[in-house]
Amino acid sequence: MTKEKPSLTADKTPSIYPAKTKMQVTLIFFVIIGIYLFSMYWTQREMVGGIGGALGNMYVVIEKFFPPNFAVLPAIWEPMAQTIQMAILATTVSAILTVPLALLSAQNVTTFKPLYYLTRTFLNILRTIPDLVLAVLFVGLFGIGLFPGILALIVFSLGILAKLISETIESVDMNPMEAMRASGGNTLQVIWYALVPQVAPQFASLVLYVFEINIRASVVLGLVGAGGIGLILNQQLGFYNYPNAMAIIILIFVVVIVIEFISNKIREALL
Amino acid sequence: MIEFKDVSLVYPNGTQGLKNINVKINDGEFVVIVGLSGAGKSTFIRSINRLVTPTSGSLLIDNEDILSYHGKNLRKLRTKTGMIFQNYNLVKRSNVLKNVLAGRLGHTGTLRSILNLYKKEDIGLAYESLKRVNIEEKLYNRADELSGGQQQRVSIARVLTQQPNYILADEPVASLDPPTSHQVMTYLKKINKEDNITTIVNLHFIDMAMEYADRIIGMRAGEVVFDGPVSEVSEQTFEEIYGRSIREDDLRGGANKS
Ligand SMILES: Nc1ncnc2c1ncn2[C@@H]1O[C@H](COP(=O)(O)OP(=O)(O)OP(=O)(O)O)[C@@H](O)[C@H]1O
Ligand SMILES: [Mg+2]
Repeated sequence: MTKEKPSLTADKTPSIYPAKTKMQVTLIFFVIIGIYLFSMYWTQREMVGGIGGALGNMYVVIEKFFPPNFAVLPAIWEPMAQTIQMAILATTVSAILTVPLALLSAQNVTTFKPLYYLTRTFLNILRTIPDLVLAVLFVGLFGIGLFPGILALIVFSLGILAKLISETIESVDMNPMEAMRASGGNTLQVIWYALVPQVAPQFASLVLYVFEINIRASVVLGLVGAGGIGLILNQQLGFYNYPNAMAIIILIFVVVIVIEFISNKIREALL
Repeated sequence: MIEFKDVSLVYPNGTQGLKNINVKINDGEFVVIVGLSGAGKSTFIRSINRLVTPTSGSLLIDNEDILSYHGKNLRKLRTKTGMIFQNYNLVKRSNVLKNVLAGRLGHTGTLRSILNLYKKEDIGLAYESLKRVNIEEKLYNRADELSGGQQQRVSIARVLTQQPNYILADEPVASLDPPTSHQVMTYLKKINKEDNITTIVNLHFIDMAMEYADRIIGMRAGEVVFDGPVSEVSEQTFEEIYGRSIREDDLRGGANKS
């Protein structure tokens, strides 16, 4: 709202937003607050014994988890490495597959509308499938192991990556592309000379970002049988071997933090 | 030789960009197109390298109608016609040499150009072109590190590297200050004379048109309303083309003294 100075025209000073917009925003605000209050009340009622009971339960579980048994570390290095390899492999493959898909779903490159809409729709559908569902699906198809996990990650990250990169492509400066076209370059040359230099840093940064997501996702996918450290964690939890599970969780935590730190530094340097 | 025969262009939204244009531009001429904003100057120039396509008539370049061209023919036509833009249209993140080499794209195979395997002559040519516009010392600078005038010189070098028969320049000095504008126009004129490259320039500054043109074509509302050698042009001619009296901002000023 505007602060009005006392003056003769004070009552004529317009506010920044029209009255109608203000009304709408206020209404939306109260509706959202209402939803919050309702869901708070609802979850309280559904939870056995409410917050108090949950805290007690948590204490019991935490006691079982500590102290973590770090003696298992040498044995879990390999599945941990597998998880990372899964993420690397999946990210690499999806980064490659993204290129044509991102180009086809960028409006400024794909001027042939039907093709553009087709790719867009395909990617939208891809993104609506949760990664866990993909993993369960592929594990069902190919059995327990790394391969279904990698497939799930590829499909999952392809949806995100192609979308983000096609948006980057749509925001590039079109002028140099016109210049290349005007000098007789063919489509491939125009893309390579005028588009690629403009999106390459963003591309690398987004691929690293998706790699970070994939590291975390690949742990979770392991829980449903898609190989790697997640699978081992699930087994240990199944055997009620909580100190072992805790050691695994701490290892995952440290590895994820280290990888994110490195990847963030690289991305900063890129942009 | 470029010959417009009854060329008209209607944009998809119904705007008439060009209306029954009949113009013949001979080899080696330096033609300046003048007209108010929206008169159709860009449409005229962009028809020649088919960045836009006229909807009727025929447009002959070296006695071939280019309006039916597509694919390979079209790219071949474009290698013959170099273009210079108001906003320079360089790839800002690439260095000057790479930008200039892009002028060879139409002459280079796809694989070769993607792998940066330019012929030695091509790289030599790019360097020579940079020298001709006195910017060879910026060879490895990124394009966005250069001033506007320097960027426009790089874009001239790019066109030179293309070795075209025609140069089309769409408001090449509209974003530059007066001294730099004259410098850029002087380079264009020099290239026109030395290499005998037919040059067509859109300008909206009357004094610059008078100083550099051999021939002036005046446009209004998509039509050619004046066409004649610069010697026949007076202030009154411009008032007729513009349909109003001449104002201060129709002049660039800072006439080239050198
Ligand atoms: N892509 C387009 N779609 C529809 N109408 C267009 C398009 N490009 C130009 N026009 C219209 O065609 C007419 C001529 O435009 P043109 O760009 O050729 O004018 P101009 O003389 O170059 O003007 P300026 O000096 O402003 O650059 C204008 O009325 C313009 O609005
Ligand atoms: Mg224009």
